[in-house]
Amino acid sequence: MLHILQKTFKGGIHPPENKDISAAKPIERLPLPGYVVIPLQQHIGKLSEALVQAGDDVVTGQPVSKASGFVSLPSHSSISGKVKSIESFPHPLGQKVPSVIIEGDGEDRMSEQIKFQADYMSLPPDEMKRRITEAGIAGMGGATFPTHVKLSPPQDKPIDTVILNGAECEPYLTADHRLMIEHTEEIVEGFRIILRILGVSRGIIAIEKNKPDAIFLFEKFTKDDPNLELLPLKVKYPQGAEKQLIFASTGRRVPAGKLPMEVRCLVHNVGTAKAIYEAVAYQKPLIERVVTVTGAVKEPKNIRARIGTPLRNLIEFCGGFVGTPGKVIMGGPMMGVAQYTIDVPVIKGTSGVVVLPSEQVREMRLQPCINCGRCVKVCPMNIMPNLAATYIENNLWEEAKSAGALDCMECGSCGYVCPAGRNILHNIRFGKFMILEQEKASKN
Amino acid sequence: MDEEPKTDSEPKLTVSSSPHIYTTESIPKIMYSVVAALMPAFIGALYFFGWRALWLTAIAVLVSIVTEAIIQKFRKVDITVTDGSVIVTGILLAFNLPAGVPWWIPAVGAFFAVAIGKHAFGGLGFNPMNPALLGRAFLMASWPVHMTTDWTNPHGGTLSGLAAITGSTPLAVVKDAMKDISDGVNVEGAQSVLESTRDLYFPLFWGRVGGCIGETSVLLLLIGAIYLFYKRYIPYQIPVAYIGSVIIIAWIFGGEGYFSGDWIFHVLAGGLILGAFFMATDMVTSPSSPKGQWIFGLGCGVITMVIRLVGGYPEGVSYSILLMNLLTPLLDRYTRPKVFGA
Repeated sequence: MLHILQKTFKGGIHPPENKDISAAKPIERLPLPGYVVIPLQQHIGKLSEALVQAGDDVVTGQPVSKASGFVSLPSHSSISGKVKSIESFPHPLGQKVPSVIIEGDGEDRMSEQIKFQADYMSLPPDEMKRRITEAGIAGMGGATFPTHVKLSPPQDKPIDTVILNGAECEPYLTADHRLMIEHTEEIVEGFRIILRILGVSRGIIAIEKNKPDAIFLFEKFTKDDPNLELLPLKVKYPQGAEKQLIFASTGRRVPAGKLPMEVRCLVHNVGTAKAIYEAVAYQKPLIERVVTVTGAVKEPKNIRARIGTPLRNLIEFCGGFVGTPGKVIMGGPMMGVAQYTIDVPVIKGTSGVVVLPSEQVREMRLQPCINCGRCVKVCPMNIMPNLAATYIENNLWEEAKSAGALDCMECGSCGYVCPAGRNILHNIRFGKFMILEQEKASKN
Repeated sequence: MDEEPKTDSEPKLTVSSSPHIYTTESIPKIMYSVVAALMPAFIGALYFFGWRALWLTAIAVLVSIVTEAIIQKFRKVDITVTDGSVIVTGILLAFNLPAGVPWWIPAVGAFFAVAIGKHAFGGLGFNPMNPALLGRAFLMASWPVHMTTDWTNPHGGTLSGLAAITGSTPLAVVKDAMKDISDGVNVEGAQSVLESTRDLYFPLFWGRVGGCIGETSVLLLLIGAIYLFYKRYIPYQIPVAYIGSVIIIAWIFGGEGYFSGDWIFHVLAGGLILGAFFMATDMVTSPSSPKGQWIFGLGCGVITMVIRLVGGYPEGVSYSILLMNLLTPLLDRYTRPKVFGA
């Protein structure tokens, strides 16, 4: 009960924020890359279908692939130039994914459909949604769920509250923070579009208290709007996790294994709101985003980069590595994905590139659990990570499932606090995969 | 695009599962903090029992370290004596011995505690019972005379704390008095003994009453316990449930009639404070779920008081913890918190 009064959730951790490294750096535009790699999969759902062939001329904003179903998204060329090839290319989320490789002509010729329309707010909701779908917008907080799907809740699941997620609880990352300061009005407009499409009158803008400048600006732009409510949140990781955010904002608990619409809520990231504004007001597809490049680079920055730009370009724009890099993480240090090459491209869900020096990289070792219970205390989903991980180590899939392994949202708090240095989340991830495989096998 | 061998300037990157940042806490930090938390009581022991306390504790710690190192060498695993856990075991074993036992008692006890109590099960993290307490139980079973009669008087006090009685700890004195009353022999004398426990509160609190090496001073143990709470190395649930249930049971059943027991005496005397804060809270052998910790503490309290009031021994702290240690896996399994949204 106390947690809802404090505008937070039970559990969680306080890792060093390290946001001051880049928080004061205004967003800089990255010079156009020589080539871009546009993966046909930058979203949760079906792989999109390529619309172009090697040798085709493309302009900035032109679709290069189309959605292959409802839960799928088109992708667009983020520069103008010539399609070099469509081939399997390393993807920042692992594996190789078919990708359209475009060699730029340096001219950045824009698609003609991109133009401002002043009366965008009076467009019918269906047209707004069509533009968002065409723009290929995926959740930009990192989960990359297709946005138009979230904006189309089924008839029997009415939504009454939409939460704009400006928590940015991952350490190091400041991309959302900069966006909220520099583009407050566009974000608010994007949020209004979301509310209009859903026909919802209650919008909550949730921002962690460590961003007072952003809170101040949102106050300024929303104080005359009775539908919008500003909610400063306690600073704690993972405050921006969907279910924890909904609980802190409304006191509602999303049932285990269910979506927020079960409790009449929807959550959208601030970056997504800005992309929605541009999609509706400009018919501009999602071809660029803000990425925090920080950690062991010479000059950490917040960078507006075209989708498909190799991480290498971003790192070089920041002056290169400081010392020997140990890990290059796409996303934040808690939930991000460690890369084996910096040739992978920026995708729609790339919120940051965090470089950890080699001294900060820990050797992975098998350590026994001493049952201290720290992971139990911090787990925001209230599972017992120690038990689940131990079951999984011993191939006890049924027990792991009953211990709540499938409810894990992979925030990594357990692995962060473990004094024995156990890779608890690593085990649970593996266990989730195995449990689902077994279930699939038993169905067939 | 090309699979050419990478040049030397290309960074060699580590790929591993998230999270990529970690706490600065570690097992050695926790274990050495426990060692530090035991130091006030250890210094107290030097004052109360003299050099013997140092001598016996040093033997226990040394034998513990050597035993662990030898076993790990034979098992061909990393030697982990520097993580501090075996030092805690050695100190706690010594703290549970009377100060007058011969030198080989802590040596044999420490060997048993580490070899059988810890490493026979796989080492740190896998031992089902508190190794130090298991070592003590082994000594009690093997050399009961040494373990129950080799008491020495603490500096500035007596063994029983009562001028009229010698050769017995306060809990044993009270146990005998209770037995006398129920048997109907020497009833008046026994009643006066029971009444005199009130005068023991302050001596017990400071540590001027006899007992095992590390258990005499409640004050010094509490100083260490507060430090561990401050560092968040021990959960509050276990000591609160343990001491709380001892208080309630002692008050209801500990006197001549119901609801007249001297619960303050039962909290201060014997090894309750040492056990509740330093041994029942051993992470490896106690539950990690908060509800399990409550039940664990409660069980320790109930068993301790059953032994003290109706069992064969005057003191039941160590057996109660050992018995509840065995229930820990079940408690963790059946007291899992409710998953968020379930």
